[in-house]
Amino acid sequence: MITLYVPRDSASRSVGADEVAERLAALLPDASIVRNGSRGMLWLEPLVEIQTPEGRVAYGPVEESDVASLAAALLADGEHSLCLGLTDELPWLASQERLTFGRVGVIDPLDPDDYLAHGGIAGLRRALTMDRTSIVDEVADSGLRGRGGAGFPAGIKWRTVEATASAQKYVCVNADEGDSGTFADRMLMEGDPFTLLEGMAIAGVAVGATIGYVYIRSEYPDAIATMQSAIGLARDRGWLGSDLLSSGLAFDVHVRVGAGSYVCGEETAMLESLEGKRGIVRAKPPLPAISGLFGQPTVINNVLTIAAVPYILEHGPQAYAAFGIGRSLGTSVYQLGGNIAQGGIVERGFGISLAELVNGYGGGTRSGRPVRAVQVGGPLGAYLPAHALDVAMDYESLAAAGGMLGHGGVVVFDETVDMAEQARFAMEFCAEESCGKCTPCRIGSTRGVEVIDRIRSGEDREANTALLIDLCEVMTDGSLCAMGGLTPMPVLSALRNFSEDFNRSTNDEWSTDDHPA
Amino acid sequence: MTIAHQTWSADAARAVIATCDEPGPVLISLQALQHAFGYVHPDATQLVADAFNVSRADVYGVLTYYSDLRTTPPSEVEVRVCMGEACQAVGARELMAAAQQHLGPRCDVQAVFCMGNCALGPTAVVAGRLHGRVTTVGLANSVSRALGSTEAGERQ
Repeated sequence: MITLYVPRDSASRSVGADEVAERLAALLPDASIVRNGSRGMLWLEPLVEIQTPEGRVAYGPVEESDVASLAAALLADGEHSLCLGLTDELPWLASQERLTFGRVGVIDPLDPDDYLAHGGIAGLRRALTMDRTSIVDEVADSGLRGRGGAGFPAGIKWRTVEATASAQKYVCVNADEGDSGTFADRMLMEGDPFTLLEGMAIAGVAVGATIGYVYIRSEYPDAIATMQSAIGLARDRGWLGSDLLSSGLAFDVHVRVGAGSYVCGEETAMLESLEGKRGIVRAKPPLPAISGLFGQPTVINNVLTIAAVPYILEHGPQAYAAFGIGRSLGTSVYQLGGNIAQGGIVERGFGISLAELVNGYGGGTRSGRPVRAVQVGGPLGAYLPAHALDVAMDYESLAAAGGMLGHGGVVVFDETVDMAEQARFAMEFCAEESCGKCTPCRIGSTRGVEVIDRIRSGEDREANTALLIDLCEVMTDGSLCAMGGLTPMPVLSALRNFSEDFNRSTNDEWSTDDHPA
Repeated sequence: MTIAHQTWSADAARAVIATCDEPGPVLISLQALQHAFGYVHPDATQLVADAFNVSRADVYGVLTYYSDLRTTPPSEVEVRVCMGEACQAVGARELMAAAQQHLGPRCDVQAVFCMGNCALGPTAVVAGRLHGRVTTVGLANSVSRALGSTEAGERQ
């Protein structure tokens, strides 16, 4: 019997993986077809793999029209024009340092035995032999910092929650991955959901929390379904529930679904939404670690932060801290998107250069035109020009270069991009998504669109540019959260690095003013 | 592909609301109502307020804050075009302009910001199904297929 792998990842499905799997099943009725996560080489999707004695052999991208010839080849000697060779030896994959994504694309995401066979639950098992403070110490010693964007040390956050006495504490995972250009949370939840649940259980044990929530955006229906199934399976195995691995400790997880608000990715807005209210940012202090969900001590971490924890507990903090540079330790899951030839997931130690990601792994633009701009860190991240890609991808180096790492998203634009239009869009997006609590964000974003329009139409350019810079300063310094506080970053970086684009007038083909979401 | 929705009635709505017993139930109950009926009937604000002993204003505030929640029935075919930066970099603005052609009494077109398909843009969701590397021709085909399947569903 042959075993085939056809991803169930929603990116793979968006380009026909379901149809390929169905056709293969029809043509090869004796084959066992595993719907795995994606290996992260998204330009090769749908990527079909077959198990051989030497290892898994990859074919891609497989279109529906290729399936008949591929099925024939798989029954014969495997020769086919789409054959890429052994998956694990593909340089794109083999050069990566996959700690968090080690099982994604490899295992059947909803097969608990497959999870165990690939090292799953070893971290939780070890954590249950330790006392709470030792677990927290290991997370602190690993150097793990928040992957949502702020980069706050996870160990310090956990220590605060652990030390705050309360009858009820919570672990909330932020899976409201709204930044354009980021999709690692989604791929992890769809491709290896038990890792996230194991990390949450470890966090719960470490801080003394018994209830966890995963707040997933509604735009991710596959991730929601996969997490819900995984929670049921994990309860059956005693990986969640009232008696974790017969330790007597309780921890359970619930999925909560977002409702289309970008700002709910901000941690305090997420708490409001979890409480069923309008997703409006809270003023800090109090810190959520002391007074978070329903006023109780709460660990809030991004999906990738929590998903790194099982590795740290299994292999020890030094093993994790051996990757990365300076104060950015461990690996980062970079996501290559936009106009890029080879988009997907690259997990490497912090410090790899942006050029290596864009031109090396990414292979330059998909259009074949020269790279003009790269936005790093989502809609609130800086636009860097093509000549500035030698920057190292870690928290400190990017900050020094006037940008931010954010959630690790890298979006490439070719030379056809109008950077004044992108700056306008940043303000427009902020106006669309602002929660409205603080004035600099609520009013400033719409004011920003107006001022950029005046600059682009040539109306008193110098004075309006000065006004835009002043407005950005007010938003940066005066906003409550990153929505208003960081919207100036793409705007000012576009103005600084691509000022020529602000000096010509254009007509909008499309604007959110005309078509509200 | 198209989810069959119940017809709105206050009693049916109360039954849906009664299933929402988790902490912080207002948003969950509105989502459950939309799931059941396809939209949240304006009269539901009072029912939710009564069920959880909060002000109607609280419920209205939640209902009007989240862009997913709607107070009118949806079109037969919903088209959502991603306008996130990654999709803009590969022609989302042009795709959106083309998508506007399909606007009509049976088809609604909206902008969304990021479906997490940023390496395979431009991206659109047609009748709940995610499509990557969408061309204007591919979008037109998906929309007519979806419109055709709702017609077939009505005939049965």
